[in-house]
Amino acid sequence: MATPTLEKVEAESAASPYITVTFRIRRFNPEVSDTAEWQDFQIEIDPKERVLDGLHKIKWDLDGTLTFRRSCAHGICGSDAMRINGKNRLACKTLIKDINPEKPITIEAIKGLTVMKDLVVDMEPFFQAYRDVMPFLVTKGNEPTRERRQSPEDRERFDDTTKCILCAACTSSCPVFWNDGQYFGPAAIVNAHRFIFDSRDEAGEQRLEILNDKDGVWRCRTTFNCTDACPRGIEVTKAIQEVKRALITRRF
Amino acid sequence: MSADTSSSAIGEVQGASLYDVDNPAPYIEAPRKRTSKTPRSTRGNFEMAAWLFMRLSGIVLVVLVIGHLLIQLVLDGGVSKIGFAFVAGRWASPFWQVWDLLMLWLAMLHGANGLRTVINDYAERANTRLWLKGLLYTATVFTILLGTLVIFTFDPNIR
Ligand code: HEM
Ligand code: SF4
Ligand code: FES
Repeated sequence: MATPTLEKVEAESAASPYITVTFRIRRFNPEVSDTAEWQDFQIEIDPKERVLDGLHKIKWDLDGTLTFRRSCAHGICGSDAMRINGKNRLACKTLIKDINPEKPITIEAIKGLTVMKDLVVDMEPFFQAYRDVMPFLVTKGNEPTRERRQSPEDRERFDDTTKCILCAACTSSCPVFWNDGQYFGPAAIVNAHRFIFDSRDEAGEQRLEILNDKDGVWRCRTTFNCTDACPRGIEVTKAIQEVKRALITRRF
Repeated sequence: MSADTSSSAIGEVQGASLYDVDNPAPYIEAPRKRTSKTPRSTRGNFEMAAWLFMRLSGIVLVVLVIGHLLIQLVLDGGVSKIGFAFVAGRWASPFWQVWDLLMLWLAMLHGANGLRTVINDYAERANTRLWLKGLLYTATVFTILLGTLVIFTFDPNIR
């Protein structure tokens, strides 16, 4: 039987759960050097803890200068997207045991954005693309006296893309964005999708026209990196294809 | 920040330090960035047309190219049969003329548009992009015109 017996649980907790893990972190400090380099840290950690806990151990006990963003620590604020073992993930949602702690765990800043220090990047271009798709409800006519009502089916239509936490894991995993930061990027398209397919919104046409731009949806090459990266499990690539389809079919 | 803490922060690079708190190194920049000044240059529906063309021409090319490869390299004695007489024999029929003409135009435009995408992706400076695309378009137009000319003016009795 797979159910653990009491003895087994006790035996396990008697032995220390801690293992030694190497964190290999790409450090950059413009006040010291103009190049980034890898630095190894050995830490004792329970494999059931998260990469973020490891970073905390390093920052609090080993090297206070290690710089990274985090806020909620529970996968909601979107602050701590980083490239862990070559894949974009949230440090606060990645368990040590899930990423092979036998080998050094590489951690670096997300790609395609300016690195300011260690794991901190300049998010401004990312948010600029977000602002460019007008991520707010646009309506005409008088303000209704009651809430704007919507059927469950209409709400379901864009449910997936409401889950975005703007962590930039998708956009900074996209090879088109790495090469050419002019591309709107998956996150901006996801957030445009959220309003384009909202029955209450009336600026769908306008948003579609924005994404018809030469740096819009047509630059997407369907690599699925964004869907792989999204910590919220949003079907990012699908959302992009739905916008493409809407652009092609809307006038016919 | 004292010298002590910065040495524990970065280790070996500390010795060769050209930079300090008052004189920081430049950030590690991304190749190109989106800013509020990024031009919102909508080029009509060109990108959409190009995207659609890639898919539609791709579907037609599957038939044309696989058929072409089969006839040229596999069926009826394989590649050794190809010679002037073989080409002359095929181009005697308008069907194969149209086949090859279509394949020439679709493959060239498809390939050229594909390379345009690649140049847009990888060439960082506007000038590099301009030159590479100029070269690409020149080569494309030249090849398409030359090929079309040959298909239409082919003379099997040439000596
Ligand atoms: C045999 C049938 C073919 C099919 C079904 C096909 C399909 C496609 C499609 C759908 C794309 C767009 C990819 C994207 O934007 O995500 C593409 C790109 C491309 N194709 Fe084709 N193609 C075919 C043959 C050819 C031929 C014969 C050439 C060369 C003359 C060619 C050269 C290219 C190039 C250079 C790209 C751009 C690559 C890139 O976007 O990274 N293809 N192809
Ligand atoms: S779509 Fe997913 S990966 Fe992209 S910004 Fe939103 S939450 Fe992050
Ligand atoms: S710290 Fe908030 S999402 Fe990870």
